[in-house]
Amino acid sequence: MTIGKNMGKEHHMTSAVSAADIAPTAYAWEIQATGLKVRVGRKRMAVDGLDLSLGIGVHGLLGPNGAGKTTLIRTLATVLRPTEGSLELFGESVGGMGEHRAVRRRIGYLPQEFGYYKRFTVREFVEYMAWLKEVPKADIPAAVQRAVERVGLADRADERMKALSGGMVRRVGIAQAIVNDPTILLLDEPTVGLDPAQRLRFRELLQELGTDTCVLVSTHLVEDVAAACTDVVVFAEGRLVFQGPPDELVSVGGPEHVGDSPLERGYSALLLNPEQARGTW
Amino acid sequence: MSVEHASMRIIEGYAHGGTDLAADEVWAVEAHLEACRVCRDRLSAVVSAKVPAMASLVDTVWSGLEPQLAVTATMPRGRRWSAPLSRWMTPTMVPWLAMVVGVTLLALLLDLSDTGSGEVSLVLLLAPVLPVLGVAASWSRGLDPAYELTASVPRAGLYLVLRRTASVLGVVVPVLLVGGWVTGVMVAQWLLPCLAFTSTTLALGGVVGVTRAAVVLSTVWAGMVVAPTLATSRTTFALQTDGLPAWGLILAIGIGVVIARRGAYTVLGAHR
Repeated sequence: MTIGKNMGKEHHMTSAVSAADIAPTAYAWEIQATGLKVRVGRKRMAVDGLDLSLGIGVHGLLGPNGAGKTTLIRTLATVLRPTEGSLELFGESVGGMGEHRAVRRRIGYLPQEFGYYKRFTVREFVEYMAWLKEVPKADIPAAVQRAVERVGLADRADERMKALSGGMVRRVGIAQAIVNDPTILLLDEPTVGLDPAQRLRFRELLQELGTDTCVLVSTHLVEDVAAACTDVVVFAEGRLVFQGPPDELVSVGGPEHVGDSPLERGYSALLLNPEQARGTW
Repeated sequence: MSVEHASMRIIEGYAHGGTDLAADEVWAVEAHLEACRVCRDRLSAVVSAKVPAMASLVDTVWSGLEPQLAVTATMPRGRRWSAPLSRWMTPTMVPWLAMVVGVTLLALLLDLSDTGSGEVSLVLLLAPVLPVLGVAASWSRGLDPAYELTASVPRAGLYLVLRRTASVLGVVVPVLLVGGWVTGVMVAQWLLPCLAFTSTTLALGGVVGVTRAAVVLSTVWAGMVVAPTLATSRTTFALQTDGLPAWGLILAIGIGVVIARRGAYTVLGAHR
């Protein structure tokens, strides 16, 4: 029963479920990479023969520095082009030339170094990004407000970006990534600069987003993964070392491995002996 | 909208809780109410007149909501110029465009005071490369902090490149127009080389990145035209009226290449 809706001012009600929402998907995985190689610079293969399939859920991307996490995320964001192998987003190959506008419209991306315009207010910046992401003009104000509220910046929305702290800037970065309601959300080190309380809030947001979005979060904080991810991807030297639920990663580690938590011990066990670990799953 | 509205019987039934209505009627009136303001108003009138229990419930909900709405519903009007402007140029382009305008005015001043380069017009000499500098600034990875973000959005591509180029030309051309008019140089004499250089920058930019293309072309211009002209104090062939068909041809080729390679601009410079 929806009595009471009529009492407000003008509402632009739309049905809660549109045809596009219930249409069956024509692909098995949101992200599917087969033998993916990405060259960075002249020689180095930052991603070197990766087979990865990711669906709806929160996937934590773990790996040591220089493992190729950022390169992988930039490739998935269609900023870098794969050198070899195939990459399919929503079942559409994004390897070759051509504009991937339809694919890009459904991707949210927070780069590791999040650059912004200092003179813009939070709202202006997120609006600008919404325009760049081709959000329909009529939907932009509402989408921006929703995104800003979700990252808890509604009270600072009309302040200039240069007046914000590092953690707030990071949250603006998350807001611009989710403003177009993406189906693939790529976050490169999103928790850097967030204080513990904000990290907790962020994990809640991740879990919320993970119910209908394919979220890939790159991080070096193992506890973030333990708290918020349904799935862990461990990546080292451009290759996949492990993919599975956090519990499975815990079972890889033993008391002899370094780390403060079972998950950290599992992680360091994998990095000690990648070949053996690959055999176990 | 010329839609059929719900009958008074259905609206009243709905206001009383829908127990007198068939299930499909409830379903249909609910769907209709979501879209129709007129019927929402009618429902609201019925509720407040005939169903006191429901009216008081609605009032309770509203009194609970109102304090929250009072806090959140204060979205101020944005600065009116800034939102539309950012769709045409990035804030990083502004100082560059100011510099380009400044250089033009300086050249004009030198032309008028008639020192320096003798019979050669400095405005004419600089006109072709000035917009190129602006275009370079509009797509520079080093200058634009949001470059990485821009490279990943659906609107990135030829459309955005052309938009930013147009805004550069929109600033540069009027200034040159004034300069040309004051110094008495024919419009076509500087406008054609100016547009030709811009289109070639974009065409070459599709291959090596716009910033590099701008650097290369500016260097070529400085070496092939500016330096000899200043050395000999005579306007080179390239800038005389006889050279105009050649500039027209370059412009056409540049535009042709840009159109043919339009897909290349989506990944502009990001992987280089």
